[in-house]
Amino acid sequence: MTREAKIGYGLLLVGVLLLTAKGLFTEKGLAKAYVKPDRVAASKEVITYIGAKADEPQAVWSPSRTIGVWVAAFLTLACFSYLYRDNVCYKLAEAVIVGVSAGYTMVVGFWDSIIAQLMVELTPKLMQSWALPGIDVNKPPDWTYLVPLILGGMLFLRFVPKIGWLSQWPLAFVVGTFAGLRLVLFLDADFVSQIRNTLLPLIVLVDGRFDFWLTLRNWGIIVSLLSCLMYFFFSFEHKGVVGRVARFGVWVLMIAFGASFAFTVMGRITLLTKRFEFLFYEWLRL
Amino acid sequence: MWESLATLDRRWIFLAMALAVAIPILIDRPFPESPTPQTKVVFDTVENLPPGSKIMLALDYDPGSAAELAPMATAFVRHCCLKRHKMYFLTLWPAGTPMIDANIRDIIKDEFADSKLVYGEDYVNLGFKPGNEVAIKLVANDLRKLYTSDVEGTNLDDIPMTRNINNVRDMDLVLNISAGYPGAKEWVQYAGTQGKLRLAVGCTGVQSPQMYPYFPDQVIGILAAIKGAAEYEAALGAKYEQYRDPTKTVAIKRMAPQLVAHLLMVGLIVLGNIVHFTTKRKAGTGAGR
Repeated sequence: MTREAKIGYGLLLVGVLLLTAKGLFTEKGLAKAYVKPDRVAASKEVITYIGAKADEPQAVWSPSRTIGVWVAAFLTLACFSYLYRDNVCYKLAEAVIVGVSAGYTMVVGFWDSIIAQLMVELTPKLMQSWALPGIDVNKPPDWTYLVPLILGGMLFLRFVPKIGWLSQWPLAFVVGTFAGLRLVLFLDADFVSQIRNTLLPLIVLVDGRFDFWLTLRNWGIIVSLLSCLMYFFFSFEHKGVVGRVARFGVWVLMIAFGASFAFTVMGRITLLTKRFEFLFYEWLRL
Repeated sequence: MWESLATLDRRWIFLAMALAVAIPILIDRPFPESPTPQTKVVFDTVENLPPGSKIMLALDYDPGSAAELAPMATAFVRHCCLKRHKMYFLTLWPAGTPMIDANIRDIIKDEFADSKLVYGEDYVNLGFKPGNEVAIKLVANDLRKLYTSDVEGTNLDDIPMTRNINNVRDMDLVLNISAGYPGAKEWVQYAGTQGKLRLAVGCTGVQSPQMYPYFPDQVIGILAAIKGAAEYEAALGAKYEQYRDPTKTVAIKRMAPQLVAHLLMVGLIVLGNIVHFTTKRKAGTGAGR
């Protein structure tokens, strides 16, 4: 056994002993989840169980949810272990996340897309009696929905080599539709509106008085915009005044990238904070 | 010393970052927050709308981004409950439904149990719909084409607060909490361009730089990441004393680890540069790269 492995097993043993001591000899102990009965919906009498605090009325200990907390803690630590080195625990956690995400998305896609959007239009009576009691049963079937049904089915033809080329038709439909839809609205929201947003007064008067900070902000926006545009303007060689303005544009871009990076860091630290909160308060109950 | 710093095992930095985040969580001493204009305008809009105003809450996030966005959604829902606005929940994310359920269960049914908010009269859950930007466009143009019933399968015509709702322009305000695609950007592009719409967004840190160009003309306000959520909680606490309670200011608490971790990051960047230039100067051109 290598020295590193010995240290690793030693740390693991210390961790297990500390956990055992925490569970056995402290008042709060370790993770325990409680549930209380509740109705699924206000209008229905079906009973379900929702998470509860230990001291709430009707709260009972839930073995399955307690195991869930321990599994979540193990998966969190397994993910963290990758920071030290790739290992089998991390691979297991990764596989679980991919599998659960794919399964969840597939089930939701079936019920919310195929059933609730497509089949409900083709066979409303059947869907009303089987899956969606709230839909209008008097509505006649809309046979135009056969088109997406057929196009959806054609996607699977790629598994039949001889007619696999037919699977490209629905893809062409999707690409064409989205390209058209996006083009018009992108032009409106991200081009025309953005130009309008940068048509700002260079001298700002508020209630008839000169506002220095708003004026400075507007100058900042306009100068930054023009210098960035100049950097991406390649019809002139970036020399002299053009070069200096383009150089300033690079600095503006660098500041924007820095701000973007800082926001990303903030997001990632928040995710880490949440996992630590879970480990400290829900699992270890510190 | 400089050589050992230049070749420092990165796992020491991971450990330092873990401590920088863990210690403030355990110490649990929040720092004061004050709202920026982008957050204040959202708070003031919700605050100044007359009671009973219609607010659409599009919670487009999942458990993966709940750390950043759940406190924001909770603060919004709390504020809407306090003002007794009518809340229309929906999501375009498959895993967004449990996020809506959590807000309804923990805030509306539990925290505001005394207010006796009634499903169908004070709030409604329209649930998840697939379709991404196409779904947003349908909500913007003709909501009934996308939603025939709520998440429980009740026809919209049988629910008092949805009976006269036809599209997003029937809303007094749309609050979108977004973790990516489809989210805030798509709401601006596909709903914001369909006539005058009061849209406010709360988004993750990664998305925030993309959203700032839309402020203030295309979105009335932006809550950027956990900082935005903390600012909103601070504004809520400034107006309503009961929300200064530390158990109800999750985002403000999460700003303490942010501060320490950011100080560590800045320190490491400065130290990294000093090490780089020092070793480069010592070893001649090209060393230390």
